[in-house]
Amino acid sequence: MFSVIQFPGSNDDRDMRFAMKSVLGAEARLVWHKDAELPAGTAAVLCPGGFSYGDYLRCGAMAQYSPIMAAVKRFAAAGGPVVGVCNGFQVLCESGLLPGALIRNHHLHFICDFVHLRVERAGTLFTGRATAGQLLRIPIKHGEGAYFATAPEIARLEERGQIFLRYCDANGAVSEAANPNGSVANIAGVMNERGNVFGLMPHPEHAVEAGIGGVDGRVLLGSLVDALRGKEALR
Amino acid sequence: MSAPRERAVDLALAREHGLTDGEYANILEILGRTPTFPELGIFSVMWSEHCSYKSSKQYLKCLPTKAAHVLQGPGENAGVVAIGDGLAVVFKIESHNHPSYIEPKQGAATGVGGILRDIFTMGARPVASLDSLRFGPIDDPKHQYLLHGVVDGVGGYGNPVGVATVGGETHFHECYRGNILVNAFNLGVIAADRVFLASAAGVGNPVIYVGSKTGRDGIHGASLLASAEFDAGSEAKRPTVQVGDPFTEKCLIEACLELMATDAIVGIQDMGAAGLTCSSFEMASNSGTGIELDLDRVPQRETGMTPYELLLSESQERMLLVARAGQEGTVREIFERWDLDFAVVGSVTDDGRMRIRWHGDTVVDIPVDPVARSSPELDRPVRQPADLSERHKLDLASLTPEQDLNGALETLLDSPNLASKAWVYRQYDQLVQGDTVIGPGGDAALVRVKREDGSVTRKGIALALDCNPRWCWLDPCAGAVAAVAEAARNVACTGARPLALTNCLNFGNPEKPEIMWEFAEATRGLGLAAEALGTPVVSGNVSFYNETSGQAIYPTPTIGMVGLLEDWQRHAASHFPDGGLAIVLLGENREDLAASEWLALRRGLEAGTPPAVDLDHERRLIDLLVEGVERGEIRSAHDVADGGLAVALAECCFTGGSEIGARVTLAEAIRPDALLFGEAPGRVVVATADADALLERAAAKGVPARRVGTTGGERLCIASPAGRAWIDTPVAKLHALWENGIPRRLEVA
Repeated sequence: MFSVIQFPGSNDDRDMRFAMKSVLGAEARLVWHKDAELPAGTAAVLCPGGFSYGDYLRCGAMAQYSPIMAAVKRFAAAGGPVVGVCNGFQVLCESGLLPGALIRNHHLHFICDFVHLRVERAGTLFTGRATAGQLLRIPIKHGEGAYFATAPEIARLEERGQIFLRYCDANGAVSEAANPNGSVANIAGVMNERGNVFGLMPHPEHAVEAGIGGVDGRVLLGSLVDALRGKEALR
Repeated sequence: MSAPRERAVDLALAREHGLTDGEYANILEILGRTPTFPELGIFSVMWSEHCSYKSSKQYLKCLPTKAAHVLQGPGENAGVVAIGDGLAVVFKIESHNHPSYIEPKQGAATGVGGILRDIFTMGARPVASLDSLRFGPIDDPKHQYLLHGVVDGVGGYGNPVGVATVGGETHFHECYRGNILVNAFNLGVIAADRVFLASAAGVGNPVIYVGSKTGRDGIHGASLLASAEFDAGSEAKRPTVQVGDPFTEKCLIEACLELMATDAIVGIQDMGAAGLTCSSFEMASNSGTGIELDLDRVPQRETGMTPYELLLSESQERMLLVARAGQEGTVREIFERWDLDFAVVGSVTDDGRMRIRWHGDTVVDIPVDPVARSSPELDRPVRQPADLSERHKLDLASLTPEQDLNGALETLLDSPNLASKAWVYRQYDQLVQGDTVIGPGGDAALVRVKREDGSVTRKGIALALDCNPRWCWLDPCAGAVAAVAEAARNVACTGARPLALTNCLNFGNPEKPEIMWEFAEATRGLGLAAEALGTPVVSGNVSFYNETSGQAIYPTPTIGMVGLLEDWQRHAASHFPDGGLAIVLLGENREDLAASEWLALRRGLEAGTPPAVDLDHERRLIDLLVEGVERGEIRSAHDVADGGLAVALAECCFTGGSEIGARVTLAEAIRPDALLFGEAPGRVVVATADADALLERAAAKGVPARRVGTTGGERLCIASPAGRAWIDTPVAKLHALWENGIPRRLEVA
């Protein structure tokens, strides 16, 4: 079962549950941020987009102190898969589960648009359905989505293959022009070294239906469903 | 009755509160004594233009408001319209003009917050927002600042609150230099049998305050800010602007919807204009009851607040509700879980009076109905503007014909009013809730309908906002008719059938007979068109006093049209979907350039009689569009509006993102500039793979239609039958001009 964490101010929580449950046919439920434990049977944790606690401080900075995050950290430490999308990505960075930080877009505006992404690392829990170099068209919508890490940290991420998604143009070229927010090295998604915690700014849950955003988001979310099918042991 | 704790009340103080001598005399008669200071405050807001509609009431009464599918018309927080399968949509548009000019970010943000509360107060989950924004000239740095601030405010509130902004309009005109317009629309979805009203029934039931704490912000926003003209000192009114907190609103939405799924509450009302005062009076008045309130129990953000301040504060994100006796615990449990304030502040009584205590004293004791219902109704004088016939003068024959047709098309596409508004709407979350089928940039937005439990339906709701203020200035009645017709046409271009409308009537100072004449004429046109198209008015808002130092805005009756598509998957886009399709023009071209964008941009003239709208034709056209899309004969449909046919064709070529050219031949013996840029209404450009079937259907319905060309290639070419190319330009060039029209004009993009 997928546990979608509901922080006060989360606003893609229901959309994430809809994508997992109604579109991909997996079990999914909302989990209240004040709960101290994840529900029994949790096979993966999804931290959805939104503005947890209003994001009046640094994005995601308050949410790391929600009671449920201690349980999420234990779950991740035990090897359980955790994915953060947008605000969820910010929360995971603030919680120390992922390297780097998300800062204000370089153009200083909130931006909502469809972007092209290149899968840099196939075969992970989250990219099992993808091939390396595959292009995905998925929307972004954020004001603070510029990925930042120091040059040595980026080099380390590169070396260990932790960058799994980059912004690119329609032909797959990773260029300055295709960078929608000023992310270092066009980074759109990173994972931890162990390969069980993922964060990305684009919203795969908003690209799961033909006619409403397209279906490229299923490549990522569906990979997670595939990876966990039958792996109840992960709980 | 204790002595007033604050200022002594007399006629002079009443006048300072915006009350007339007659109104003050009326208050003395109702009370049989001099009002206390807080009582005076209550009367002044309840009887302000903004809250009482005293100048507009007699005209609004004449609008068509009923139909079998209308579950709730004007008078509640928002209108409710059935869409079948036990579902309904709840929608309304409201202005936040004055605050947005004084403090653009918070003004626009709280405009969005206010309209959202109108929707979820009724039990609906807000699903789609639109905004109609009007500024002064874009090259004025002040208006660039206002544009930045307003867009920041709309996004800064709408994005965190988790409601998609799916469309709207952004318009620039000299007439808004002293008064910008910010009209916020929202639509929610609800189970048709779970509509909550502002009721305070059941003597002894507790009155409960939930949401944010009350502070000193927004006091007299409704009465002093929204109900008077601007002048040089208006900046000093900044403290009357409220401050928004979208995070609290988001929590409030979830908590209220959770609460409404229980049977714990009797009625609920948001504290909007005039805050605690207006909400409690409306609820009691609707139920013929009274209310007792204890102000000491109201959650307060600041210390030392007076009864006057507590009653008139317009602090945001607050609701007043009446619960069933004994159910307080249910309410408390839900609001405390969402970390929102909760307080039982009073109870429902049976004596029809509002009794308010503070520090043990009764500070207000007045009968409910005379305040809420017997507000003044004015019959203000009307007079046709003396220069009206001057405005209408336009001799087409004496207008030098356009020498550079390609250049004119380029100028139009690059102009701020016709250029892409992506700079604006890319700053809004258009996708949250996952139902956006067509987002901003098309003729109308389209959202799929989900139930509150998350299950999908096949239904789609199409939404559009429209108004052409220039037309309304030249002829307010015809302009209002055209706004309704265009909004309906835009909705029908997606394949949806227009159901009902909401309106935001923005005008100047109603104390001037010429302004009142504009209002009377515009509402007459609104009524005519709404009646003819079968789209009743179910909600709305009037904003007067959009006037600065004697200079009024053009009359701007913004129309918000809502339509229903039975199967959202069978819809049409506004851009050409593919090459090799036949282009069919529905409706007739006319030799007319009156009131057009071309005339304004290329000749510097705003003149003429706007081309007449044939409402019978519009009705047939809507039928044709709905059927044509449903049968798959119409692949795309785009309304011909500002800029005329050439601009509409160009937009069809590139608004889908990719570029698809077109070759078009226009056969009419009409001067080319009028043919290309005239704005005769009732026309739609359609792309079809089955032109024969569509033409046959059009003929059967009596809609003029002919094939005018074919999609494909990389150029837009519009030619005479003799082969003379009036327009022949690469689509990429037009696309780039259109895309850069706004950003290239902004000093800070």
